[in-house]
Amino acid sequence: MNQIFKAQVFRAEWRKLRRPTLFLGTMLASAGLTGLVTSLLFLLIDSPQGNSDRGNMISREILQLPSGLTIGFSNAAGLLGIVALCVFAAQTAQEYTYGTLRNLLVRQPRRMQLLIGKYVSMASFAVVMVILAATVSMSLAFGLSGKAKVATDAWVTSDALHELAKTFGNVLLSVIAFGTVGMILGLLLRSPISAISLGVIWLLIVENILIAVKASLGKWMPGNLMSTIATGGTSEVSYIHAISFTAIYLVVGTVIVATLFKRRDVSN
Amino acid sequence: MSNLAVAVQDLSKKYGDTFAVSHANFEVPMGTVCGFVGPNGSGKTTTIRMLLGLISPTGGTGEILGHSIKHPEKYLASVGAMIEGPAFYPALTGRENLNVLATLGGYGTDHVQSLLERVGLGDRGNSKYKTYSLGMKQRLGIAASLLPNPKLLILDEPTNGLDPEGIQEVRDLLKSLAQEGTTVFVSSHLLSELELISQHLVMLRKGKVLFAGKIEDLFLAQQPFILVKTPNEVDLVKIQEIATSAGHKSTIRSGVAHIEGPAEWAAELNKSAFAAGITLSQLSPMLPSLEETFFEMTGDSE
Repeated sequence: MNQIFKAQVFRAEWRKLRRPTLFLGTMLASAGLTGLVTSLLFLLIDSPQGNSDRGNMISREILQLPSGLTIGFSNAAGLLGIVALCVFAAQTAQEYTYGTLRNLLVRQPRRMQLLIGKYVSMASFAVVMVILAATVSMSLAFGLSGKAKVATDAWVTSDALHELAKTFGNVLLSVIAFGTVGMILGLLLRSPISAISLGVIWLLIVENILIAVKASLGKWMPGNLMSTIATGGTSEVSYIHAISFTAIYLVVGTVIVATLFKRRDVSN
Repeated sequence: MSNLAVAVQDLSKKYGDTFAVSHANFEVPMGTVCGFVGPNGSGKTTTIRMLLGLISPTGGTGEILGHSIKHPEKYLASVGAMIEGPAFYPALTGRENLNVLATLGGYGTDHVQSLLERVGLGDRGNSKYKTYSLGMKQRLGIAASLLPNPKLLILDEPTNGLDPEGIQEVRDLLKSLAQEGTTVFVSSHLLSELELISQHLVMLRKGKVLFAGKIEDLFLAQQPFILVKTPNEVDLVKIQEIATSAGHKSTIRSGVAHIEGPAEWAAELNKSAFAAGITLSQLSPMLPSLEETFFEMTGDSE
C-alpha cells in the first residue's frame, strides 16, 4: 500500500485544500445549495408548480416515509457533484497553469504516487463536503417539517437510519464520480477554466439537450448516470446500470490521463 | 561512490527534427560551483529538466549523485532545484508554500522559518505569495530549493529580478553553500557573477556543449592581451607599429591599443616604447573576462 499511496502527498495536498477561501467557500456553497434544494422541497410542498427538480412533485406522503428525511439531500447531489467537479478540476489543472507541477515532481518524482495522493486528498475533501451537506439538509428537513405539516415519526426509526446510510453512500459515490471527471478533464486540458467550462457545459447543457431530443440517451450520458447513482436508480436507468457504466467511463478516462501524466514531459 | 555530482554522456533531446540538446557531454565534480551558460534557447533549461526527470531524453545517459537520470526518485531527495523561475500558489503565503513542499518531500516544516530568514524573507513569510515582488519570489524559490538540505543544488537563473544587493546576497549564499560541501550547478546570464563564484563551467550554444571544464582552463585557452594608453594618438599609432613589427596583432579602440600577447611581453613593449621616446600612461596585461570569452565562443554579441 505504501508503494501506491504516500501519506505525505495527502498531507501536502490538504495544506492547499484547507486554505480558508477554498475550504470555507466550497463548504458554504455546498451547504447553501443543499439547504436551498431542501428548503424548496418543504416550502413548496403545496405548490402546483412542484417542489422538486424539473417541476416534479414530491408529496407529503412520500416525505413522511423513512426515506423522506434524505430526499432533499439526494436531490442536491447533482449540484454537489458540479461543485466537486470544479474543485477537482481546478486543483489539478492549476498545477500546470501556475507551473507548480515541476516543484511537486522534484519533491515527489513518483508520478503515480503524486496523482493517487492528490486524488485521495480531494476525495476526502468531498467526504467532508457531503457530510456537511447531509447535516444541513437533515437539520432543515426537521426544522421545516412542522411548517410543511410533514410527520417525522418515521425519520427516527432504524429504517430511516438504513436509508440515511444508503443515501449518504450513494451521494458520496456520485459526488466523487463527478470530481473524478473534473480531475480527468483537468489533467487532459491542463487549464482550470477550460476543464471547468467543458465539464459544466457538458453536464448541465449538452447532456440535457441530448436527452430532451432522445430520452433513451439518458442511459449512456455520464452526468445523468452519476446523478442516477445518487438517487439509487430511476425508472429509466437502474442503479446497477448507472454504477457499472459510470465505473467503465471513469476507469477508461483515468487510465488514459494517468498514462499521459506518467509519460508526458513537464515543460511548463 | 563517484566524485561526480553530475555526469552526462551524449545527452540529447529532440523535438521533431530539431535538437534542443544535442549529444551533450559534461561532468560536475562534487563540492564545486559550476556555471551553466549559453544564449537564450541554447538548451540550458531543457538540460536541467532532463537532469531532474521532468522530461525524458531522446538519447544518451546521465548520472546525478551516482544514480541514473532514468530513476530520479533515487536522487531527488538530495537535490534542490529551482527551474525557470519560481512557481508557487498565489493564494498561499510564502511559508505555506514552503510547508507544502516540505510536507511533500517528507522533510518536516521545522526549518522553514530558518530558510525564510536565510533568504531574507524572515519577516514576510506570512504574506501571500501574490503580494511578493519579483525579487522576493526569486528568494522564495531559492528557499524552496534548500528544503532538502541538498547535496546538489540546481538553480536556473536564480538572480533574475534581484537588485544588486540581492544578487550579492545570492552570490554569498552560493559561496557559503559550496563551503559547506554542497555542489552548485547554476545557470545565469550574469556572467560576471558566475566568474566570481564558479570553479567549473559548462557552455552551451544551440544545444551543443562548447566548453566543459575548469574555468581557468577556459581562460588559458583564450588569447591574453595588453591594454596600452599614451598621452596622444600619434604615440599610440607608433605603439601599434612596434607591436606589429614584433608579430603581435593590435587594434585601437576608443583611444586604447589592444595588443594580443602574453603578460610577459608587456615589459618588452615598455622597454621599446621608452627607447622610442614614448611615455605610456597605461600598460595593463589582461585576460579576457568570462563575458568576452563567452561572446567570442558563442559568436553572440547580444
